Amino acid sequence: MQKVFGRPTSLNDRPFHYCPGCGHGIVHRMVAESIDELLLADRTILISPVGCSVFAYWYFETDNVQAAHGRAPAVGTGLKRALPDSIVISYQGDGDLASSGMAEIVHAAARGENFTVVFINNAIYGMTGGQMAPTTLIGQTSSTSPYGRDPGFAGYPIHVSEMLATLKAPRYIERTALNNVVNLTRTKRAVRKALDLQAKGEGFTFVEVLSMCPTQWGVEPTESIEWLETRLMPEFPLGVFRDARPGEVT
Amino acid sequence: MKVLMKGNEAIGEAAIRAGCTLYFGYPITPQNEIPEYMSRRLPTIPGGAYIQAETEVAAINMVYGAACTGRRAFTSSSSPGVSLMMEGLSYLAGAELPCLVVNMMRGGPGLGNINPEQADYFQAVKGGGHGSYRLIVLAPWSVQEMADLTVLGLDLADKYRNPVMLVAEGNLGQMMEPVEFQDSYPQPYDKSGWSLTGAKGRKGHLITSIYLEADDMERYIHKLYAKYAEIEQTEVRFEEFQTDDADVIIVAYGIVSRVSRIVVETLREQGVKAGLIRPITLWPFPKDVIRRRAAHARFFLTCEMSMGQMVEDVMLSVNGLCPVHFYGRSGGNVPSPAEIIAEIRTHL
Amino acid sequence: MIVINEDRCKGCALCVRVCPTDVIRIATHLNAKGYYPAEYTGGKCTACKACGLICPDVAIDVFK
Repeated sequence: MQKVFGRPTSLNDRPFHYCPGCGHGIVHRMVAESIDELLLADRTILISPVGCSVFAYWYFETDNVQAAHGRAPAVGTGLKRALPDSIVISYQGDGDLASSGMAEIVHAAARGENFTVVFINNAIYGMTGGQMAPTTLIGQTSSTSPYGRDPGFAGYPIHVSEMLATLKAPRYIERTALNNVVNLTRTKRAVRKALDLQAKGEGFTFVEVLSMCPTQWGVEPTESIEWLETRLMPEFPLGVFRDARPGEVT
Repeated sequence: MKVLMKGNEAIGEAAIRAGCTLYFGYPITPQNEIPEYMSRRLPTIPGGAYIQAETEVAAINMVYGAACTGRRAFTSSSSPGVSLMMEGLSYLAGAELPCLVVNMMRGGPGLGNINPEQADYFQAVKGGGHGSYRLIVLAPWSVQEMADLTVLGLDLADKYRNPVMLVAEGNLGQMMEPVEFQDSYPQPYDKSGWSLTGAKGRKGHLITSIYLEADDMERYIHKLYAKYAEIEQTEVRFEEFQTDDADVIIVAYGIVSRVSRIVVETLREQGVKAGLIRPITLWPFPKDVIRRRAAHARFFLTCEMSMGQMVEDVMLSVNGLCPVHFYGRSGGNVPSPAEIIAEIRTHL
Repeated sequence: MIVINEDRCKGCALCVRVCPTDVIRIATHLNAKGYYPAEYTGGKCTACKACGLICPDVAIDVFK
């Protein structure tokens, strides 16, 4: 008998503080696996955002820094420009990246900063108690859209991957999901590819992961997979939105 | 060898010679010469990086990231842009990261104007950002001092792992005066014990400012304040002119202190025993020297280009030993020697 | 076969849902955290790793 799957080295054995069925733990594992497989752990600096994963740094055996809400791409810019040989990973949720940090992510992408952004999109604010996010769906209830998101008041969900793909500088932008084994595998492949491209100095890489938040969606973890498939995935199509050298027109 | 240089550019050149080759900034009058100068100089220096950030919010966070690596980084702005940096400064102080922020002060509140003012004293010294922290605040009065305090600021930031702010009125940045630099300035502080450089052969380092448990947060804040107490003991800087026997003592900084020195000389010629205390560190504030002089002075006149901000700290330092009066101008008006003399005479 | 770390498990049952051979179930006892953890029935596991891939708590080791 041989172990074919277990905890990657860069992830320590501290139990996660996340809710049952939360997607964060899955993606943390994929990031750690990728760092280990690509032998990048001793060059890696992980940026933890503000959100449920504010304490992502509890779990990674790398250098870690916590950033103000939304500012991680600017912090990453400073880190990478100061230490070009480091591997910088900005791990952010939908409030951090698409609300507070919208300017920072667009401009880091526009400048083509050579680091990797992992964007966890679960269409709601977790840590602060289930408020509406920029990616919340039309009709979706939340603690600040109790009658369901009405586009008349609150506009439409923002498609960050598509938006960033209009820029010439990014090297690789893909949206994946965590709903089944095929997509879990694609997510891991995307995260690993993004880090590999960073290590090769090829430019700005961005992986948007559609993830579950059973607690704030108000469903059981097993039902949250259904929710993800029937509600989130139709709004946010999966796929590669850019995979080209900076400056290339696609 | 002295060179004639604009104040803003002298700051940039001094920073570079002090090994600070990372600059992240944003255009705002009256400090645009700083990013422009850095944009010319830094690309020619190995390891140098210049970014015009999208906003001052981004700029201060880029400084935060760069500072994590142990490399020196600075940014500059003017009053409204510095307001945008307050969140970042609170985080820098909370995470114990060194950096230098330069504020070329202009008229406020709001959009104000592009003339010089000194109305950001509260923001700098009392904390424009949230929470329990302090910034070391340096106030030059000449182009030479703009260069020297840039170097000192970078040193103090490293020494105490704290952000340092250099405040100067917009006109000091525009003035051209002779300035002398050393070829280079040493960086004496070792940051390998905490900096983020990739955890090769060591445990990972963590830079953060969140402490959820009340006792943990209180302990941490006490640690910061022990640091601030040490700074108050050892880093006060000021200059005195003819205060030994002074009846009337002016307290002023920056450009107003240059005007005030003329006032002191003029009044002395007219038989009035006037003196001047010029704070160079606005925090830590030179309260001891002010209190000592308050024992024999008849009154103090605090002179500022604002409606009165530093005057409150002068009052706290004098602590009732004698009257503390105030004279100020706003909107960019620089008080003239005649105005200040007239004000002093109303109290004689 | 799989080994589930009972104390890391939060009983989310995603592994139960995803297992193609139905060899995982939710136990009837509570773990130390007060969750009903997942448990391996001992049945025909093909070591496909689906459970490990979806486990949000990295609680499952898979052996072949």
